Amino acid sequence: MKEQTINLKKKPGLGQRFVDEMKRNYVLYIMSIPIIVYFVLFCYLPMFGLLISFQDFNIIKGVFNSPWTDMYGFAHFYKFFTGSMFWPVMKNTLLISFYEIIFSFPAPIIFALMLNEIKNLKYKKIIQTVTYLPHFISVVVICSMIIRFFQHDGIITSLIALLGGERRDYIIDADAFRTIYVGTGIWQGIGWGSIIYISALSSIDQELYEAAVIDGAGKWKQLIHITIPGIASTIIILFIMRMGQILSVGYEKIILLQRSETVSVSRVLSVYTYERGLGGLSGSTVASGSNQYSYASAVGVFTSLVNILFLAITNKISKKVSETSLF
Amino acid sequence: MAMVYKPSIGEKIFNIFNILIMAVMIIICLYPFWYCITCSLSKDIVGQTHTLMLLPKGFSINAYKEVLVRADILNGYKITIFVVVVGTVINLVATTIAAFLLTRRNFAIRGFLTWMMLITMYFGGGMIPTYVVYTQVLGLEDSLLSLILPGAVSVYNMIVMRTNFDAIPRSLEESVKVDGGNDMHVLWHIIIPLSKAVISVMVLFYGVGHWNAWFNAMLYLRDNSKAPLQLVLRHLLIVSSGSQGAGAGAGDSAGLAENLKFANIIVATVPILLVYPFIQKYFVKGVMIGAVKG
Repeated sequence: MKEQTINLKKKPGLGQRFVDEMKRNYVLYIMSIPIIVYFVLFCYLPMFGLLISFQDFNIIKGVFNSPWTDMYGFAHFYKFFTGSMFWPVMKNTLLISFYEIIFSFPAPIIFALMLNEIKNLKYKKIIQTVTYLPHFISVVVICSMIIRFFQHDGIITSLIALLGGERRDYIIDADAFRTIYVGTGIWQGIGWGSIIYISALSSIDQELYEAAVIDGAGKWKQLIHITIPGIASTIIILFIMRMGQILSVGYEKIILLQRSETVSVSRVLSVYTYERGLGGLSGSTVASGSNQYSYASAVGVFTSLVNILFLAITNKISKKVSETSLF
Repeated sequence: MAMVYKPSIGEKIFNIFNILIMAVMIIICLYPFWYCITCSLSKDIVGQTHTLMLLPKGFSINAYKEVLVRADILNGYKITIFVVVVGTVINLVATTIAAFLLTRRNFAIRGFLTWMMLITMYFGGGMIPTYVVYTQVLGLEDSLLSLILPGAVSVYNMIVMRTNFDAIPRSLEESVKVDGGNDMHVLWHIIIPLSKAVISVMVLFYGVGHWNAWFNAMLYLRDNSKAPLQLVLRHLLIVSSGSQGAGAGAGDSAGLAENLKFANIIVATVPILLVYPFIQKYFVKGVMIGAVKG
């Protein structure tokens, strides 16, 4: 008791506080060590590695001894912007991204709204279970199915032929690539993507609907005046986050679906980064001799910067117009 | 208030259409898998793949007999199971510890740890610097550790877990502390036993992630004998058929080869198809928690 009063009068020094903290929390500090080591090695070192975008990185010299590149370190960016690949790659990326924002983004919203109107709970549950399924199948399996289905004698090609379309090998058809990519993306993601909207829908106050019915509002009016406003903030937040991914068209599915005939439309920024940096479309082995780590890394930096820019702009517009924003 | 709501004719028509469209959705999501199963069990599917099959054409399990004795498939299975088990255990231990640390008040570096983790959600090295660091600095080239260690803590999952831990009443911890137990005891005797639901969600998230992963394997592994199942599949189903890569088109038209491909697809997917009905409600739960807090 006496000791405590003394302690209150005299604030312990920094050294004493350190010792106290260590004594009290040594278990937590021991637990922290592997976590900190993991994050430093696997997350922060690669971030530090971004420096190679401004160097003429040489694997033997390493990050510390590689020379800075010309133009105050921006030569790789200059080379990319003025190179012959810049516009084709940007066009491919923006087109796929645009289609995804137009079609893939609203699909789960519409699906959630339709599902919300299914009154039979058992049926609803079955629909949910089944439509989430494609999300859990590996992208390798999904892509090998896509390839087989869109081949010359594939089942979807046959369906197209049945409906009066042309029978051909759609998987090597550059005109069909984007449609296949975006369409199968919707198929795989519509159920899983709807979960967040279903949870937003379930949090709308049911009394609002009852009141609307008493006022004589039909289903359509309820949708416009209650349901849509009820999930608007969720939609806006997800849209802002989607815009923050505008140049990040995924590479895994494209690398798997890509054929030499479709490279001209499927070479998006991430795929281009991979091609130039890690050897690209060369089967399973990564060719290490011709890799342009610094150049490819600069392309990656450019992608991230544009993404952040779009995130910030969308966020700002949304803040002004709808008063909903991420930050 | 019990008011009988009378739907208008338009509404009735909409409801019928809605129910039908949902039925179509079910078919679209299920039939591709059923189609693969029927193809893999058919005797001879040369010139048959374009028909909508409901049942196999001439039942035969020869394709499976051939797939399941292939050394590369079996080896891939072995590697994948190893990576799923070891990887998920590491994920679980690391994520639990990380989440637990962030629930400790009176812990001087809690704020630092929080920021250290959150920053990595939004910023990263990107594909190339990550590759360079992992191969040149960490020596992960051609090591199975390259499939196990990256992503050991998913910050998103960690937040979901922390949210759950935070919901456990503090008073329960006091009893352990009064008995002279430290934080390790709190974690082991109070937090973990009360978090079985969220831990099983994590097992499933991480487990399926490891099962489906192929890209890191392609990037970092050189030795074919270390290839996990998905990478073997990619080689058999995608690289070796069609015009991708060097070995183009061989054996694409033979009936059994096509059977084999469908059997491969099924063999790689069956574990997920089997556990899926039991686990999907947990998945949804996990996402809901994250959605509310995120």
